[in-house]
Amino acid sequence: MSILIFTETENGKFKKSAFELASYGRAIADPLGVELMAVCFNIQDTSPLESYGVDRLIQISDPSLENFTAHQYAANMAEIAQTHDAKLVILSSSANAKYLAPLLAVSLSAGYASNVVGLPESIEPLRVKRSCFTNKAFNLSTLDNKVNIIGLSNNSYPVSENPKEMVVEQKKAILSETSFKVEKVEKASGQVSIADADIVVSGGRGLKGPENWHLIEDLASTLGAATACSKPVSDMGWRPHSEHVGQTGKPVASNLYIAIGVSGAIQHLAGINSSKVKVVINNDPEAPFFKAADYGVVGDAFEVVPELIKKLKAFKYNE
Amino acid sequence: MKILVCVSHVPDTTSKINFVDDDTAFDKNGVQFIINPNDEFGLTRAIWFQQKQGAEVTVITVGDPSCEPTLRKCLAIGADRAFRIDLSPTDGFQVAQQLSAHCKDENYDLIIAGRESIDYNGAMVPGMLSALLGYSFLTNCMALEIEGRSVKASREIDGGIESVSCDLPLVVGAQKGLVEEKDLIIPNMRGIMQARQKSLTVVPAVDSSIQSSISKFEKPAPKGAVKMVDANQIDQLIDLLHNEAKVI
Repeated sequence: MSILIFTETENGKFKKSAFELASYGRAIADPLGVELMAVCFNIQDTSPLESYGVDRLIQISDPSLENFTAHQYAANMAEIAQTHDAKLVILSSSANAKYLAPLLAVSLSAGYASNVVGLPESIEPLRVKRSCFTNKAFNLSTLDNKVNIIGLSNNSYPVSENPKEMVVEQKKAILSETSFKVEKVEKASGQVSIADADIVVSGGRGLKGPENWHLIEDLASTLGAATACSKPVSDMGWRPHSEHVGQTGKPVASNLYIAIGVSGAIQHLAGINSSKVKVVINNDPEAPFFKAADYGVVGDAFEVVPELIKKLKAFKYNE
Repeated sequence: MKILVCVSHVPDTTSKINFVDDDTAFDKNGVQFIINPNDEFGLTRAIWFQQKQGAEVTVITVGDPSCEPTLRKCLAIGADRAFRIDLSPTDGFQVAQQLSAHCKDENYDLIIAGRESIDYNGAMVPGMLSALLGYSFLTNCMALEIEGRSVKASREIDGGIESVSCDLPLVVGAQKGLVEEKDLIIPNMRGIMQARQKSLTVVPAVDSSIQSSISKFEKPAPKGAVKMVDANQIDQLIDLLHNEAKVI
């Protein structure tokens, strides 16, 4: 028996979530005394994973799997899980992982719990805590199946180093005939995505118009952060939908979330609730967001934000 | 083209979430229910195919009789017929099995479901349904065009957009962006009157298995009080974020 993780890559390198999953998988594998295995697709340098406790890495390299395709990846993962008798498969909560997981669940006849926060409360049967009602609540789910899949929420488990002698095994890809083809992948280069960001800077209607977004962008680039916005801002077309965070937009689970000129409607708060530290900058002292914030500044964004950027640059320079 | 839109009956986005029966059940008291927003984006796109390409649009839900107003609303928006599979489901896999049994009889060309519901956020049903039926699957769908049997679509990925092509039959996980918020259809009086005449069929559930169950709910721990920083002392904010919160 074994535990299997799906490691994701970006530009040929492991994403931070790969190390989170390895650390998480190690913590479950140790008390059970089972092997922690990982699968990776099309990556040259696998050595960074050695530090996080993986016993065996299955490496699949095939140019036709260069773009993520959920059904092809699921078929390969399923075969590896079956060959190595994986009782638990662990994935992240990225867009790709959430695309793959239900397909893998059906082919392995496995139970699947998404948005899991923290280590399982029990293994046999598997009992996990997961977020529900778009971060307004949690529930305990029991999965009593031969094989189970956990989708771990991003940023919910700390990365911890635990170097192991990692065996790397090459495996030939299984490829099935399909009409499904990825034609084009467009990614904004040099920008941090909301899903991967440690810090997210978000703007609301208080910024008065898209022409003022340089404030958000400058603050974000000073902090190495992703930019986001509230629902009205994306509905009015000031910013693309992909930046909308909240209940019907994207969830945010960053370490630091800075909201500028966002009043804090309940739907917005639901989406950003999993962020660890929230800073609110708003000129209205009655804005409901202050009640959900850790740190608040009452002030005009057009004065506070440039000042904050200036002071942050000085702070970074002195570090 | 035969389209099925799978809808969930969920608490309104402004609902306060509370639990009853020793935190084992959601408190429906005073809660307004709506069409799951991701499903509504999908339904709106389906109605577009109905109006522009002559598609037939069926809506379906798996739930008890209290879900019927949501199906009636879908009919008022423009769906041609509705089905309710009479079962209060325990998990997403059970929903997928019920839907798959219905779909095997109906041979839909295109099945649209929200990428996830805003209540349990399982993100399981569309993917599992596609796997059970052996159909292609695309989730987080931002654009969908169909000519004959050929599909051109795009998917939102972390930090970008991916364009794909495939053939029907296809299951799509819909989300915001598939249609614009302003294109959502608010039923008019004529639509509401017509909806009363359209068929809403209740079908018994088939045998199905469950893979997960919820034993307990809990609400996030109450937050500590906010620390206010004077707008003229931004240095103090940086100091708190660095030394106290340790996030920069």
